[in-house]
Amino acid sequence: MVNEEIIQQLNIIFRQVFDNNDISVDETTTAADLEDWDSLNHLQLVVAIEKHYHIRFTAAQAQNWSNVGDIVAAIIQKQAVS
Amino acid sequence: MNIPDFNHLKRNLKKVVTGMPTLRMAILADMASQFITQAIKGYAIEYGVNFVVFEADYNQIDRQILDPNSELYEFAPDYVLILRGTERLTKQFYKADAKTTFADAQLGYTENLHQTILSSISHCRVITNTFIELNDAVFGNYAAKVPSSLPFQLKKLNLGLMELAQINKNLFLVDIDALVTHHGYRYTFDSKIYVAADMVFSIDFLPVLAKNICDVILSIHGKFKKCIILDLDNTTWGGIIGDDGMEGIQIGDLGTGKIFSELQLWIKQLKQRGIIVAVCSKNTEEIALEPFKNHPEMVLRLEDIAVFMANWENKADNIRAIQSVLNINMDAIVFIDDNPFERELVKKEIPGITVPDMPEDPAEYLLFLKKLNLFETASYTEGDAQRTQQYQEEAKRTIKMQKFANEDEFLASLNMKSVVASFNSFTIPRVSQLSQRSNQFNLRTVRYTEEELNAMVNSDSYFTYSFTLTDTFGDNGLISFAVLKKINDDILFIENWAMSCRVLKRGMEQFIINCIVADALQNGFSKIQGEYIPTAKNMMVKELYQSLHFISNENFWELDITTPYTGKKFYIKRV
Repeated sequence: MVNEEIIQQLNIIFRQVFDNNDISVDETTTAADLEDWDSLNHLQLVVAIEKHYHIRFTAAQAQNWSNVGDIVAAIIQKQAVS
Repeated sequence: MNIPDFNHLKRNLKKVVTGMPTLRMAILADMASQFITQAIKGYAIEYGVNFVVFEADYNQIDRQILDPNSELYEFAPDYVLILRGTERLTKQFYKADAKTTFADAQLGYTENLHQTILSSISHCRVITNTFIELNDAVFGNYAAKVPSSLPFQLKKLNLGLMELAQINKNLFLVDIDALVTHHGYRYTFDSKIYVAADMVFSIDFLPVLAKNICDVILSIHGKFKKCIILDLDNTTWGGIIGDDGMEGIQIGDLGTGKIFSELQLWIKQLKQRGIIVAVCSKNTEEIALEPFKNHPEMVLRLEDIAVFMANWENKADNIRAIQSVLNINMDAIVFIDDNPFERELVKKEIPGITVPDMPEDPAEYLLFLKKLNLFETASYTEGDAQRTQQYQEEAKRTIKMQKFANEDEFLASLNMKSVVASFNSFTIPRVSQLSQRSNQFNLRTVRYTEEELNAMVNSDSYFTYSFTLTDTFGDNGLISFAVLKKINDDILFIENWAMSCRVLKRGMEQFIINCIVADALQNGFSKIQGEYIPTAKNMMVKELYQSLHFISNENFWELDITTPYTGKKFYIKRV
């Protein structure tokens, strides 16, 4: 349930960052699935997620996500800490 | 008006830019510059300008500038932005052996880059940045006493860059150090994206940086603010003059008066720099005037206000009235009002005008306005300071005119004199400024740098004119110039002619043409040729040559001066 809520929020963030309302992500979505998800836009995504959840990822964390599920896990972990 | 976020700027890139004026710009950076480029292009579109950008590959400043066959020179930009990161510079400093001369070496390097660009593209403007004066905590605060410390060398370098920009008219700075001081390095720098992509600016800071770069470029291009219009109650002072009375409004020591005193001090500085200050307030005029005349703690006085509009009419109408007295474009005006309703009304009714969305708390006003960098300029001369007085004189003239039976009688009474001279070292800075500033009375909108004007003085193929105008009300200063190019022994071509709109309807146009005709005849020419190149703003001179009896010949206007020339009567004496 928590995951679903986060994915919903992430979907909104993805749509805003990529300026594309057709985007629909789930835990298995990877950068390869979304045309605009390159290394540059990835950074914008990281910053947008940080802002939304009032958290800060470490430099290493933000580089090691392989799919949306990893992002969800990182958010949950950060929220647990704070 | 506020600063939009980076996503907004990115979305701007999808907008249709056809019809927007285009500027060619090259971006050379020693850091990852993709986001910066997007932000700059997006901000330019926000301003209604299309930047065609050549973005060099990562860290190619030297190669692009020093190789004469590089893509940079092939692209031939009007503006080159050289962006250098303090982070890379710091590493360079740590590796350097000669630390006490590091700043000097960097200044030499910057000047060399600048000169190399100019030697290939002589009209090019080069913009580079100051460095962030962050103490690297190697010597701590003791660094002040150590010439070989990074903090000392950074300060020296920044000061040296300012001096370099003062000497080199085509070199401009975007003061990143000042921006970072304002926002804080913790805000402008995001270590995560620095590590991941070698970007030295946070995503939130990109729009601020892009705005400042656009401000510098567009003000060079002639787009900048000339006037600030102030609301009074709860904007210029605290409280409501009509209710609280002169003793009750907050200014100076009373209540939150400090806020408004400091705001007024700042506006007075703007006025002294040449920004016109006007008032637009919903008030009874006598009541609104009283603090300006009699309140001991008011900083702004009546002599600081070029046009004073206090009545109960719609503010948009009043702003239009102010604009017509000042004769400037709406996009050169900033309107400050604490009331969101009035702001929305003015924004809606007057496209082009800048209306900052003031913070709710007046204590934030001044910092907020400074952050917006509304009054960027690309030139400053001593004469700028007298502008308010000139507009006040203009308002007096407008009133006096109503008392004369006809225009001729009025003009004759003004006792107008004009000093007519070729360009010289005194007039060239003002002529260059006029060529950059005037958009309305500007026949071909050719913008001249001081260097270009200097070159004309020493050339046989140019005849140059500057005109001043004085009258019984005062001195308008240098208000017009004309550049004439010798096409052959018979024909003189008006390469450009611009005039300040302050002196319209005074017979100046006729006077200038008569001067030109008289001199041309003496030098054996038989024909004066002119051209009108339309822009979005110079409609007012579309019919000018026709009204001066020039004859249309395809795209040009021609005046045969072998037959005696008679135009309209004028009342200006040549001195």
